[in-house]
Amino acid sequence: MDLIADHISHRFGALDVLDDVSFTVGAGEVVAIVGPSGCGKSTLLSILGGLLEPAAGAAKWRGAVPSGSLNPLTFVFQDFALLPWCTVEANVEFPLLATTLSRAERAALVTDALQRTGLADFRGALPKQLSGGMRQRVGIARALAVKPAILLMDEPLSALDSQTRELLLEDFIRLLADGAMGAVYVTHNLEEAVRIADRIVVLSRRPGRIREIVPIAITRSERGGLEAREKLLALQNELWSLIRNEAIDAEREVQHA
Amino acid sequence: MLDRAAQQQQQAEARPVAFRGAGFAPRASRYAGWIAMLIVFAIWQAAGSAGLVNSLFLPTPLSVLRAIWQLAVTGALWQHVSASLFRIGTGWLLGTLAGVATGFAIGLFNHARAIGITFISALFPIPKIALLPLLILWLGIGEEPKVATIALGVFFTTAISVYSGVDAVPRNLIRMAQSFNVPFATIVRRVIWPGALPSILAGFRISASVALLLVVSAEMIGADRGIGAFVLQAGNLMQTDQLLAGVVILSLFGLAIGKLINWLETRLLRWR
Repeated sequence: MDLIADHISHRFGALDVLDDVSFTVGAGEVVAIVGPSGCGKSTLLSILGGLLEPAAGAAKWRGAVPSGSLNPLTFVFQDFALLPWCTVEANVEFPLLATTLSRAERAALVTDALQRTGLADFRGALPKQLSGGMRQRVGIARALAVKPAILLMDEPLSALDSQTRELLLEDFIRLLADGAMGAVYVTHNLEEAVRIADRIVVLSRRPGRIREIVPIAITRSERGGLEAREKLLALQNELWSLIRNEAIDAEREVQHA
Repeated sequence: MLDRAAQQQQQAEARPVAFRGAGFAPRASRYAGWIAMLIVFAIWQAAGSAGLVNSLFLPTPLSVLRAIWQLAVTGALWQHVSASLFRIGTGWLLGTLAGVATGFAIGLFNHARAIGITFISALFPIPKIALLPLLILWLGIGEEPKVATIALGVFFTTAISVYSGVDAVPRNLIRMAQSFNVPFATIVRRVIWPGALPSILAGFRISASVALLLVVSAEMIGADRGIGAFVLQAGNLMQTDQLLAGVVILSLFGLAIGKLINWLETRLLRWR
């Protein structure tokens, strides 16, 4: 299943946020979206996931939905968006309540998702009893439970400390390794982008336009080696040089505002 | 030179860093409030027994307790309490049901919001007891106007707390549910209702106080039974011990309602 951004433009009131953004995320492909603050990355993701109607253009999908997928386009949120009154287990089960699955089928999916995210021992805990990293794991388990075709991840690690971020990034890479799921990964962090993505869409400052789409030649499975790491670091620096000046301007604009 | 400075520093006496982080974290001691209340009652009783206070104007706590006992023994207490409880219970229930339904409608639907908020803003400030004579004209002189007055008072408080609670439910949770194609009714039941519950329960606490206030006022205007009517009669007959007995019973009503809401909050809001 492919996800297509087809000439998407958007504005909030008089403020133009996105301008004619087009790209395609292929089946099993991971596309990172980077750009300066306020360039419309999260807005673009909301449009791609059907949570926001664009002013012009459209988000489209093409191809067959993978069998068993209950929610092909599934979000992982920056702030986790967990129901604080529900246990870990109930949070993961929550999206399944909208399906026609039996209780036993739901329980099997929840158990599988909890095991894949290392949460099997925490199923009875409330979100307030968990660390930030564990909460995001619950968010990931909830997403996995519906067997998505494409994960829409909106800065999923930005609310976490650096060690937890590193651990969860490794988890994301592992989960996406077999190519069964694709992902659109919105981030400020260029290191995350070059480590996880097959292609990186670089947006300009507001209104966000595509400045460049940078393919990463090294396959995800080959990125652990020293040589690959050096190449990725060089790519990261290249990306930074692409957006640095605009990031400075965007920062000044925020301060001015 | 640096060495000498270091040596001087080492020879100087080490002083503890003063603690500056105390206060601004008040904690209620479990028994302090009760002990203080007992002390006040003891002083009050002593002043009355010593003849320092005229018992007609301020009867002693013991005489108030005796009056409550007499009321209980004669059965008058239950007559008055049951009449008030019926009015509060019925009025509160009707007002709450209508208030919750209206509050949710205002919180969820555009037209209901536009119309509802305008009406509530216009009608909420009216003292509901001022409507009692009109309600008597409309509904007769039985229980209906008193119940309706209480229901009206409860309705506005509840509706406001419910739609404020719905508004306060984090939007990210609703968006999360929408992103999983969760149907509208399920979002209301599993996201909005529990999210709004803290505000709704806070509203119940206020609406229960409003109901208590209105039942006393309504009974003072047009009833021969009920705690409000009893307090008024006792005042007219200068039976201040009976009057204060009624006040104590009202206070116990308030305490019981507060305890009930506390219990509900503990059970339903364990996740906070």
